[in-house]
Amino acid sequence: MSLRLTALATALMFAGAVHAADKIKVGFVSTLSGPGAGLGVDIRDGFNLAMKRLNGKLGDLPAEVLIADDQQSPDIAKQTADKFLKKDKVDFMTGIVFSNIMLAVGPTVFENKTFYISANAGPSQYAGEQCNPYFFNVAWQNDNLHEAVGKIVQDKGFKNVVIVTPNYPGGKDAVSGFKRYYKGVVAEEVYTKLGQLDYAAELAQIRNLKPDALFFFLPGGMGINFVKQFVSAGLSRDTQLFAPGFSADEDVIKAVGAPMMGMFNSSHWAHDMENAENKRFVADFEKEYKRLPSLYASQGYDAALMMDAAVRDVKGNVDDKKALQKALEAKHFKSVRGDFKFNSNHYPVQNYYLRAIGKDAQGRVTNKTMGSIFTNHADAYVAQCKMK
Amino acid sequence: MQDEVTQLFLEQALNGLQFGLMLFLLAAGLTLVFGIMDCINLAHGSLYMVGAYLVAAAAQAADSFWSGLGAGVAGAAILGLLLELSLFRQLYKRDHLSQVLATFALILIANEAVRIIWGAQPVMLNPPDALSGPVEIVGFFYPAYRLVIIAFGLAVAGLLYLLVAKSRVGMWVRAGASNREMTEALGINVQGLFTAVFVFGAALCALAGGLLGPLLAVQVGMGESVLILAFVVIIIGGIGSIRGALVGSLIVGSVDTLGRALLPTLLRATLPADAASTLGPALASILIYLLMAGILFFKPQGLFPARA
Repeated sequence: MSLRLTALATALMFAGAVHAADKIKVGFVSTLSGPGAGLGVDIRDGFNLAMKRLNGKLGDLPAEVLIADDQQSPDIAKQTADKFLKKDKVDFMTGIVFSNIMLAVGPTVFENKTFYISANAGPSQYAGEQCNPYFFNVAWQNDNLHEAVGKIVQDKGFKNVVIVTPNYPGGKDAVSGFKRYYKGVVAEEVYTKLGQLDYAAELAQIRNLKPDALFFFLPGGMGINFVKQFVSAGLSRDTQLFAPGFSADEDVIKAVGAPMMGMFNSSHWAHDMENAENKRFVADFEKEYKRLPSLYASQGYDAALMMDAAVRDVKGNVDDKKALQKALEAKHFKSVRGDFKFNSNHYPVQNYYLRAIGKDAQGRVTNKTMGSIFTNHADAYVAQCKMK
Repeated sequence: MQDEVTQLFLEQALNGLQFGLMLFLLAAGLTLVFGIMDCINLAHGSLYMVGAYLVAAAAQAADSFWSGLGAGVAGAAILGLLLELSLFRQLYKRDHLSQVLATFALILIANEAVRIIWGAQPVMLNPPDALSGPVEIVGFFYPAYRLVIIAFGLAVAGLLYLLVAKSRVGMWVRAGASNREMTEALGINVQGLFTAVFVFGAALCALAGGLLGPLLAVQVGMGESVLILAFVVIIIGGIGSIRGALVGSLIVGSVDTLGRALLPTLLRATLPADAASTLGPALASILIYLLMAGILFFKPQGLFPARA
């Protein structure tokens, strides 16, 4: 009985929901609790800041942003996305931090013909064979930042490198991205367990190997543990630390502080980039949230600006999916990272920069842009993408 | 060359000792609460997290790591007292399932409370400047701060030994662990004893959190990863036994460290490179669980069962 009632109610709900484009709805699913929350919170704060700048409108239409926490669980993310798509009938989705969650949610979103604007997760699957007209990534492809580190380690003439990464798919991808551009000797690839606390055993091994550079990709708390222990072991005297921007952004610096000084990392964006959009973004963010934005925040901000420009381009007619796709591809917004364009797989072709951690004019420990590593760099998977 | 190998081995042995003693600080409180009060406290890791945050906040406010540590530990002890009086007292008589549910709820509450107060991003807690670098001991460098942790761990182990084995309170505690009703019948104020033990366990948690903060990320959820290891330790050592907790911690610490240090090399010498690089890290990370299974097979009550 109750089942039949529910079915009836659902049917009525669907029948009643005639979508009029007098309002834009965005479904924002992200990791907002638990150990990975720092990333999701920054994406959300960046997104909200852009919405505030746009006076709560996307393409001059009033917008509603529905925010939900996926608790870093693919199941919960999928359920929430289902609700946003079927019940709330959102026009865009965004927010997911982790690639494994993205891959779980993606099929439902694409089936529903809803555009997903990824403000972080950039799995290789969606850049290559499984590329989809409804998927855009406004950040990077996962390998890109690792490739940039590989390139700079190679260019700076380091010859003997140790790689440290967790024993999981993301770690293996980091190693292959790094080695795509670094051609010197890899003394050792150290695979640690996911969520490892203590790195003393690995550090003793590294001390014994005496590498001239060390590349690590240890997301979240693992990276913080590693850097603290690396420095207190005195290894930073003989070994230069390199990491992708994720492991050396403001969230990590805030937790580690001065010991991080002198570390190099790669990013497509930096808070000291000299363009008007970025200056405004960084100043507004600091004013609103009393901290420096991270790259995640910049990506969330860009995702909102991207939706805004596309909705304006199609004059609010978001149900014309073909036109909306063209508008998104055209990218008529000014990104805080400076100019970039979308490749045929809907991933960015953009510059990557070298950042070094040091003290700024106000004495804060933070990132400083040192120059570019790649210009107009595309990902390695685009050739496998046959976009329909 | 021979020298270098010996040094590496020595360094790894010290690492194992340090990791083991750090686990001991956590396991000691857990085993007492579990053994004596027969109460499964999953929120033990949350006390460790809250302790670390309190120490970090106090250290930043006082601009001194040591006063921060003192204040943080005191704060966590007070929190432990409030928790015991308000919640745990109701839980002792319930079955294990209710205890697991209630303390699991505490984990969620603690995580969200910490996130609301301190934010989602990890907070900073660094060692005092004098201890932030390495020192040289017999030909190799070792982080000064890790030596401090070893010193604290040994001091706490010694203090606990004196307390539990030599003092009157310790006698009550041991009596309570082996037969609660009889102890009560002998006129010991078990209620007060429980409160004291719980508060002491909370303080040890905060001490562990505060001491480890400079080596680890002080962040939401930091308690859960370490809680699992602490449970492995007390199961290996025997629930309720401080001696078991110490021996269990040292075994887990050394096996984990040496496994991670030696297994990949050993495997590479015996297996093809490809298989070794896949198998090595995987095997190293499950080693302590294999060890636990092995020990439980021969000694189902753990190495030093309190109710033997």
